Amino acid sequence: MAPVLELKNITKRFPGVLANDQIDLTLEQGEIHALLGENGAGKTTLMNILFGLYNADAGEILIKGNHLVTGSSKDAISAGVGMVHQHFMLVPVFTVTENVMLGDEITKYGEILDRTAAADRVREISQRYNLEIDPDAYVKDLPVGVQQRVEIIKLLYRKADILIFDEPTAVLTPQEADELVNIMRSLVNQGKSIIFITHKLREVLAVADRITVIRQGKVVGTTTPAQADQNTLASMMVGREVDLQVKKEAVEKGEVILEVEDLIVLDDRHQAAVNSVSFEVRAGEILGVAGVQGNGQTELVEALTGLRSPLDGKIELLGKDVSQATPREITEIGSAHIPEDRQRDGLVLTYSIADNLILNTYYLDPFAKGPILQQEEIYKTAEELVEKFDIRTPSIITQAGSLSGGNQQKVIVAREFSRSTKLLIASQPTRGLDVGSVEYIHHQLIEKRGSGSAVLLVSTELDEVMELSDRIAVMYRGKIVDVVDAEQTTKEMVGLLMAGISPNGAGKQLEASKKTKKNKTNNK
Amino acid sequence: MNETKEKAPQKNAAQIFFEEMRGGSVAIPILAIISGFILGGLIVAITSDEMYIAFQEGSTVLGLKIGFNEAVEAFKALFIGAFGNPSEIWAAFRGGDDIAIQAAIKPFLETLVQSTPFIFVGLSVALGFRTGLFNIGAEGQLVIGSVTAVWAGYAITGLPALIHIPLALLIGALGGALWGFIPGWLKAKTGGHEVINTIMLNFVAANLTFWLLKYPMLAPNRTDPISPDILDSAKLFRFFADEEMRFHIGFFIALALGALVYWFLFKTKWGFELRTVGSNPDAARYAGINPARSIIIAMSLSGALAGLAGANEVLGLNHNLAPAAATGYGFDGIAIALLGKSQPLGVVLSALLFGTLRNGGNTLKRPPTSVPIDLILIMQAFILVFVAAPAIVRTIYRLREPEEVEEGVFVRGWGGS
Amino acid sequence: MASTTTPIISSEYVSPTRQRVMGFVFLGIALAILVLFAMQVEPDQLTTFKMKLPRSEVDIPNWVFSSSLALNILWVICALLGGYQLVRGFEKRTNLVLGLISGMFIFGFLTWATSGDSLNLAGLLRNTLLKAVPITLGAFSGILCERAGVVNIAIEGMMLTGAFVATVFGSLTNAWGGLIAGVLAGGVLAWVHAILSIKYKTDQIISGTVINIFSVGLTSFLSARFLAQPEYSYLNSPEDFEIYKIPILSEIPFIGPIMFERNIFVYAMFIFLFVLHFGLFFTRWGLRLRSVGEHPKAADTLGINVYRTRYMAVILGGMMAGFAGSYFTLGSVPRFDELLTGGKGFISLAAMIFGNWAPIGSLGAGLLFGFADSLKNNLALLKVAIPSEFLLMAPYIATMIVLAGVVGRGQMPAADGQPYEKE
Repeated sequence: MAPVLELKNITKRFPGVLANDQIDLTLEQGEIHALLGENGAGKTTLMNILFGLYNADAGEILIKGNHLVTGSSKDAISAGVGMVHQHFMLVPVFTVTENVMLGDEITKYGEILDRTAAADRVREISQRYNLEIDPDAYVKDLPVGVQQRVEIIKLLYRKADILIFDEPTAVLTPQEADELVNIMRSLVNQGKSIIFITHKLREVLAVADRITVIRQGKVVGTTTPAQADQNTLASMMVGREVDLQVKKEAVEKGEVILEVEDLIVLDDRHQAAVNSVSFEVRAGEILGVAGVQGNGQTELVEALTGLRSPLDGKIELLGKDVSQATPREITEIGSAHIPEDRQRDGLVLTYSIADNLILNTYYLDPFAKGPILQQEEIYKTAEELVEKFDIRTPSIITQAGSLSGGNQQKVIVAREFSRSTKLLIASQPTRGLDVGSVEYIHHQLIEKRGSGSAVLLVSTELDEVMELSDRIAVMYRGKIVDVVDAEQTTKEMVGLLMAGISPNGAGKQLEASKKTKKNKTNNK
Repeated sequence: MNETKEKAPQKNAAQIFFEEMRGGSVAIPILAIISGFILGGLIVAITSDEMYIAFQEGSTVLGLKIGFNEAVEAFKALFIGAFGNPSEIWAAFRGGDDIAIQAAIKPFLETLVQSTPFIFVGLSVALGFRTGLFNIGAEGQLVIGSVTAVWAGYAITGLPALIHIPLALLIGALGGALWGFIPGWLKAKTGGHEVINTIMLNFVAANLTFWLLKYPMLAPNRTDPISPDILDSAKLFRFFADEEMRFHIGFFIALALGALVYWFLFKTKWGFELRTVGSNPDAARYAGINPARSIIIAMSLSGALAGLAGANEVLGLNHNLAPAAATGYGFDGIAIALLGKSQPLGVVLSALLFGTLRNGGNTLKRPPTSVPIDLILIMQAFILVFVAAPAIVRTIYRLREPEEVEEGVFVRGWGGS
Repeated sequence: MASTTTPIISSEYVSPTRQRVMGFVFLGIALAILVLFAMQVEPDQLTTFKMKLPRSEVDIPNWVFSSSLALNILWVICALLGGYQLVRGFEKRTNLVLGLISGMFIFGFLTWATSGDSLNLAGLLRNTLLKAVPITLGAFSGILCERAGVVNIAIEGMMLTGAFVATVFGSLTNAWGGLIAGVLAGGVLAWVHAILSIKYKTDQIISGTVINIFSVGLTSFLSARFLAQPEYSYLNSPEDFEIYKIPILSEIPFIGPIMFERNIFVYAMFIFLFVLHFGLFFTRWGLRLRSVGEHPKAADTLGINVYRTRYMAVILGGMMAGFAGSYFTLGSVPRFDELLTGGKGFISLAAMIFGNWAPIGSLGAGLLFGFADSLKNNLALLKVAIPSEFLLMAPYIATMIVLAGVVGRGQMPAADGQPYEKE
């Protein structure tokens, strides 16, 4: 029997990058095939080609042995391909039914929507695949996990046989992720085939039947969970032996730099995103904040940096109450901030590197005397920082927007590290960066700690937090579930805490889950 | 050290010019202007009766030739209207007769007079653009500025000109600033989009002015809505005694403000703040800048510049105020700011072009050409299209694509935030 | 069943809701009716509304009632509605009640202004309706464009060009020829707007501004060049649409002569109202159009052609604006003058926002704005001390208040004004 899907020789070139280089991939009926690769390895490009959002420069796509002429997602949809996008493709102000039927509407008398019939279809699908949903609810009122269910129903409504999941667990809590795994399994059991795109090694090993690793647009190899482990997959992904260990020397912990007490912060929807959080960070330590995305980390950092004023609670920086301070006041007291979204918050992409390097010090001597900017001084400093932090750029008047992601992050690091600060708040500092840049940033964070600074590292990458932190605070639903010593804990333990399982219960749960896992492997 | 300096030269006007040249930023406005003139000429030709008569009675070639001639004649009239007759000027200067010289350069000076309000409104809109704001309400700010300035001109008495003129200008600027402050504040505090609010305020300003001129500010012994004449001490200094020679000091004030706006935007920390907010409000917040404050400041300054345009008109030219139908200055300001790439130097040059067109258009509409002055509006619209959609010009003239990040969209929905 | 990420403490920190704000608004209006109107009239004063249109054949008696009694009833009803809103809330019907209460405020105002005097209510309402026609049709144009995610501030220019072209073709052929030409002219300009803002991704405000400038320039140029010249004056005398009496309906007392003795533009407004409302919210066409304005990428992934949908919507919107423009010369005064639209396109924009991007709301806003415009003539007669200029300002100020979110945020399409990049 022919494989349900064959990608042959797919090549896609973007200006300056070869995003896909002769990629071959086959998907068998009823399998979960993981597509593993770093950020920027070309996974999403490949899937967008399959889904008709891009046109490939070369190569062909066969579905059940038939050629698929791509060009629009319409063709892909009618060939039975469906995709759950990383960022949900849902219209918030439409109901579940409207979202599901959009583009393939059930109508009566030609053009008139038959909402009742469509809602019945949605209900039918949701029962058949065990995806609980209210067809008449507005999508904007649904939690993230349920929204993802709507995305899946959209595909099933279109009778898709080949389902592509693009980084589906990034926004899910561990339980939601577990449930997604169950859903994927049940889909496969009912005859669907799944491509699962991810860069998370553990998930791949837990779910996939086969694993294809791609690196820099090329297929590195295909393997199975039985043949591979995390280390082999990691080195396939990166292309060399990866030393996941970061060497860090013991540093004497100093005074308390940042102290947070009973902090409550509301999100944009006026709900408590940070709920009675307390912790402290001392000089010479890295406090990692672990947690699934969307558990209040963003709001916590915004409150600590003055971008969002907390509803209640106390934030003390170097002994001063800064809970209602402006970002500038906090910066001036001595806090550095690597923002979560560097292109949105950290840089002005149309500005030169020089201007970006003084983005929060432009008004201070020597960059400004009175109201007048001192251009010469600004350029001199920029030259020095570009040199010191190894920012790869043609010149200091190059626009920040034309730099690579890694170099953009270096501009931010250079700016924040060149000031004398006592606290560094780094939020997702390595998101979307290549391995080289990740190592560079990790090295810089360790150095900052070594220089006697307090570091608050917020990351959703559990490995990163485990490696770098001295202590780890785990956030779940706006609360800090527990603060644990990094040396004395395990990934499994932190993982359970991330799922909101209380410190006492965590040990027992761990035992239990190990047993189930064993059972599962036996059944196979 | 020397090496550093070489690598990082001062960004002066000339350097910006060449930098922009490379990216086609200067080439595009120039090509846009040329294209606008060609299309304008085309319209003159195809709406001329003579051409059709020639087509019918003569040949196609003759028709085309006549059409071409019509267009050339129109532009000749336009340029003579705007700059004077070169041979007359030459003769006058050779003759050395003051009166003849005055008469000869009068069209050119009148062009400068016509350009003056364009400089103000262009700067007004450009300052908004630089802060990421679309001030479509220069029109209303200008009207309010002229109302407050004219009031200061006739109601405040007993001051010497040296104090009265700056005071009246200042009050005009303040009036405009108030009219800019309102949408700025609304944007900063409620997120209401400034495009809608400034359009609404244009109409409010027009109605308010009409009412003011009908009742509280009505000139004595008049029934039609018109304000009293301003005092002599508030009139902007004119360079010629002749009533017909309207050239006044307002032009130089406008130039000085152009320089001031350049210095403010690119050389001071305040300008840095506004530009940062304009380029990326999130990053501005992160960097400790208060975007809400910057938005309010920028809209107020933008309004003040537009208010000065109004003050300049009443203090320099009309010396009183009568309600006018929409002057169109607000939309002209948008065109000028875009054509000038929101650079003060570019704005001044664009304003001079618009002043040339406006003044030349007055000659154009008179016989023998008798081309309606509205032709220049059509040409401005074409120029604006080509500036706003550079891809069209690039396609026509086969320019290469720019490498750098182009500036983004202004509109993020009416509700803002 | 996965647990949801609902925060633990939520309801306690919710800011004052729209329900409460609206409750206070209702009570405020009740108070205003009481203080501004009810307490200002003498107990024995009478209000006289003439219910017969001048020159109408249907005869109906005047409506005479006690001013103070009517005003007292009005404020009590408003207060009761406000109280109910505060305690229980009208929920989905809040907007309806708001409309009702606004209507009562206006009625209260008229009652007070007319106390001891008389006013031709029928004439006022007819004028309101006629003034509302171009505003509402223009707002429909805005709705079509913006629901698909393209901001259209060029309604004014499209109307103006539509009016011009309709005049010329209406003079050369007949009213129908003029109408078709006017509609097509609006469509052509909209097509330019679409190319600029969809294909070239020009800022949509700039593109709209260009079209406005171009329209003013072109129509004024051609009008001065041709229509104003004696030898071409035959181009400026279009055949206009006659009043068409709808049988039976026009016999209804009071309402009949006001609503059903009009020309096709008035009827078309109501037909478009129904078609647009039904089309947008109950058909496949509308669902797709709205999806493109809310989340174009989502629509794209479902095989909907975002560009084509936006082109279609913008061009239809332009045709609607051309239709609205044709009203000025084919349905109102049959001659073209420079700048004859006089900013009605911008009021349309305001009406669209005021009407919350919905056809029914826009009609309400159009009627309200038309009412303010019509009332200015009556106020002078009634010797009410409100200058007509302030009345004319009211729609603009009201729109700013609505935009500021004082009475709750509107439902603006999420992707309004954003060009779609297919990456």
